[in-house]
Amino acid sequence: MNTLFEQVRSIASDVFGLPANQLTADSSPRNVEAWDSTQHLTFILALEEAFQIRLSPEEIEQAQTLGEAARLVENKTLSQPR
Amino acid sequence: MTTVGTAAELREEIDSSIASGGSPAAYLRLRELWRSEPNAGTAAFVVSRCGKLRGKIPFLPHRVALLRSFTAEPAVSFLRAEAFVMGIDIAVHLGEFNAYPQEILDPESALYHFSPDTVILAVQTRDLAPDLWRDYADLEPSVVGEAIDRVAGSFRNWITQFRAHSTANLIVHSLEKPAFPAFGVLDAQTAGGQSASIEKVNCALRAIASEFNGVYVLDYDGLVSRHGRMHWSDEKKWLTVRLPISANYLGQLAHEWLRFLAPLSGRIAKALVVDLDNTLWGGIIGEDGMAGIRIGAEYPGAHYQALQRTLLDIARRGILLAICSKNNAEDAMDVFQNHPGMLLRPSHFAAMRVNWSDKAANLREIAAELNMGIDALAFLDDNPAERELVKAQLPEVMVIELPDDPVQFASTVRDFPVFERLKLSEEDRQRTELYASQRERTQAEQSFSNKEDFYVFLQQQAEIAPAQPLTVARIAQLTQKTNQFNLTTQRYTEQQIAEMSGRSGWDVLCIRVRDRYGDHGLVGVAIARDQDADCLIDTFLLSCRVIGRSVETALLATVAERARARGCARLLGRFLPTKKNAPARNFYEQHGFRLASQSGPEMLWSFDLVKDKIVSPEWMKLMVENGGRA
Repeated sequence: MNTLFEQVRSIASDVFGLPANQLTADSSPRNVEAWDSTQHLTFILALEEAFQIRLSPEEIEQAQTLGEAARLVENKTLSQPR
Repeated sequence: MTTVGTAAELREEIDSSIASGGSPAAYLRLRELWRSEPNAGTAAFVVSRCGKLRGKIPFLPHRVALLRSFTAEPAVSFLRAEAFVMGIDIAVHLGEFNAYPQEILDPESALYHFSPDTVILAVQTRDLAPDLWRDYADLEPSVVGEAIDRVAGSFRNWITQFRAHSTANLIVHSLEKPAFPAFGVLDAQTAGGQSASIEKVNCALRAIASEFNGVYVLDYDGLVSRHGRMHWSDEKKWLTVRLPISANYLGQLAHEWLRFLAPLSGRIAKALVVDLDNTLWGGIIGEDGMAGIRIGAEYPGAHYQALQRTLLDIARRGILLAICSKNNAEDAMDVFQNHPGMLLRPSHFAAMRVNWSDKAANLREIAAELNMGIDALAFLDDNPAERELVKAQLPEVMVIELPDDPVQFASTVRDFPVFERLKLSEEDRQRTELYASQRERTQAEQSFSNKEDFYVFLQQQAEIAPAQPLTVARIAQLTQKTNQFNLTTQRYTEQQIAEMSGRSGWDVLCIRVRDRYGDHGLVGVAIARDQDADCLIDTFLLSCRVIGRSVETALLATVAERARARGCARLLGRFLPTKKNAPARNFYEQHGFRLASQSGPEMLWSFDLVKDKIVSPEWMKLMVENGGRA
């Protein structure tokens, strides 16, 4: 069984074109070269689609590390009926 | 929800296949991955890995420029991923946000420097016509008409300017209507409400587009309504990042683009091969019998009848139907001839393989019988095991992934991009009948011992004429679709054909053939251009259904005569070999040309127009028209 963080990480791995084992909870636009504003949006959209959630503009701003993105997804999936 | 386990394994398999040079296996798995998880993450993965298969998998290249008034970046990787899976390698130029008017008007813009094959103009109602969108309630009824004319005028101006600078295809999004019109339900109570006004702009856009070759309208409003306006839009993302479409539908927008880009890039199915049991009808005829199978106007047979209606519609686009089924042939024929619920009849099928052989072998035979490449076949079968077998053994075949529920069969087939056509010729609409008369010809041929006697009996007539506005579309279509008897395999758009036929020193000819069994329609093209004292044949092609009956000699003789009349001393012809055009290899040699030069596989043949003459066969009645230019 995969943890939610692993699922988020595998999506990030696809979007940013890096092997999953090179990504950690601290990965962010500062240390991932492909993580620019366009790819940030693609990453957010991929999360929204995969987990069937919608993130607010404020949350999109907040999701600046992989760990933070996973935490936001977790809050959303817990707070809305699946 | 993502199933990370199996998908992660698939990704590893793909990467190790690529690393070990197993391109077909990697491509097969990439298609499987995309089918199981067509989402944004997978899209990025598919694009990056398919990029590594370039040169190993025969992708059709296509260059697309996207001009837009909104954030379209996230849709681009969906577009490229789905295209790769369909065998198309799309390079994308993304216009600057909202800079589309300057890019169209400036002949030196990045748009034209990119030399696109196709340009998509995706502009929203709210950007182009804020008065018809947000402020409609404030518009005096008397100025609504002016607003409509202004927007239609902008479209006309952009399209005209674009055509002045480029011969690329242009796809224009139509304007979206609001989910909630300004006057509420009252909007539908008059002929001139908000929705009706936007529809008037769309009507005008369709009329303008139809005046130009290669300009097409994408029914954006239809696309949005098909998926539901409320689901489609994401107002928060529009306000913050200028992305008006929700994450779940970006793939649908990309898919809609592909319904145009598949035919524009040449990725089209010329024939659809269908299974019978549980595909064309519910149940198994060999076990359930005539009374047991489900096909008719009522549930549950209605789902299968809807699929049959879909196949009839597709056949009217010029796509041939064929059967490939594991069955007893008599049982199957009994259903076609005697079941009252069947819409399809044996005459609708150009080829049939009802036997117990494996389907890959049958598909190869069907392609050969229909005179087309295996990559021109689409395959429809409810059985996943048969689909997997075909995908593994014949990766070129376009396999339709049917869902389990037959209620979705018809819409799945209707949504499959390789059945899309952007132009229909008379030949396309009548293709099923053309193949029926072809069968009669083949039977007659067998009763003659001498080929020439058969030709005389056929009473063939050929009519050769320069390209005209009415034939430009069919000529372009033939250059795009003809693979076998095609000396140079140059692909041209309608715009290019129209332009070439207007140039001096160029001769764009087409040939129409009919005989006692009927009209073959427009089946051949020759394009020649003068270079000093030489005339060079740029394109020479014939549809395979008339090859070998001297039609090619008649067309070549005419090209030669016309070149001689223009004062040319030599006729030059190139042969550029491809995987498929071996039937044309000896053409020039057989007609008295001498090999002038050879560089690699490419050959240049030469014919002396002063001393020699190409004689058109006597049994062919030839009419040459010198009519106007296109």
